[in-house]
Amino acid sequence: MDVMGVFNKMDKTFKVLVIALIILVVLVPVGLIASGTAFGEWGPDELQQAVGYVPAGLAHLTGLWSAPLEGYDLPGNHETIPTLTPGYYVSAIVGVICVGLIAYGIGKVIIKRND
Amino acid sequence: MHIPDGYLGPTTFIIMYLIMIPIWLYAGYWVQKHLRSRQVPYLALGAAFSFVIMMFNVPVPGGSSGHAVGSALIAIILGPWAAVVCTSVALIIQCLVFGDGGITAYGANCFNMATVIPFTGYFIYKIIAGKSPIASKLRIAAAAIGGYFGLGVAAGVAGFEMGIQPILEHTATGVPLYMPYGLNVTVPAMLIDHFGFFCWVEAIVTGLAFAYIAKNNPEVIFNHSEIEKKAKKEASPGVAPA
Repeated sequence: MDVMGVFNKMDKTFKVLVIALIILVVLVPVGLIASGTAFGEWGPDELQQAVGYVPAGLAHLTGLWSAPLEGYDLPGNHETIPTLTPGYYVSAIVGVICVGLIAYGIGKVIIKRND
Repeated sequence: MHIPDGYLGPTTFIIMYLIMIPIWLYAGYWVQKHLRSRQVPYLALGAAFSFVIMMFNVPVPGGSSGHAVGSALIAIILGPWAAVVCTSVALIIQCLVFGDGGITAYGANCFNMATVIPFTGYFIYKIIAGKSPIASKLRIAAAAIGGYFGLGVAAGVAGFEMGIQPILEHTATGVPLYMPYGLNVTVPAMLIDHFGFFCWVEAIVTGLAFAYIAKNNPEVIFNHSEIEKKAKKEASPGVAPA
């Protein structure tokens, strides 16, 4: 089944919401304007600067997992919005597809009611 | 509000996982019992929406940043237990694929963003909306206010989890092992950033999306028949319909 065929079979509200989701994905680089780190999400170097030391337990646990698209970015050293944008787009698309498919799969497996 | 690895000590992150296990199990049971297969695409859409909304970082004065979560909206449309499922899925992908939120802190992050936000948001929405009709101004305002307080209360809870670390986990000489700031810093910082900035985004997103769905396709809302029945009763108390 082609993508447009699936799309045409959706009810109108669902279509509008899918379009809204696509618009959000297109606009996603707006989220790059805020470059500051959220409270309590600093890296060890930022903590070192702020409090003068890196807590021992934190140093031990940090970097426990290295994510493939760490920081919603492609590998490489990107600092400016134009260089961060491609990675941010890839992240938004990969994320929406993964999250959507997993939630869909969970729904399909556990929901049996058809009425 | 995505707590990374290293900010919560083992006592806290293990307890948060233990709290989440029954919540996840009951959420799965509730979704199975109450949702229909035609709602599965909305479950997927809700989870995807929550993921994208969290990418819209909002700057705050002082150099910090943050974002809305969207789980109060999912709670109002699909039910708070469905919001637990959707937001937990978004959070696991953020954690594993994007390194946003720690693996050890996943339980805590699910408690804050996938449980406290939807339940607080839904509870406040329900109280304010009362018996008002489904697409009424009061109910739309109730959804927005639910979003506002759902996110804000969750931020306070996250601040509390981080702020108790220096008390719970420190070296023999009292040096913190994990989050170095105490409650006097973490709770006000989280509350001010969220209630002052990000909660407004959550309120607008929740109010707008709810208004659109309630006006155009209220059947999507999980408890729409209950809402409509109560509103009808309220409109004609004790009088038989003409």
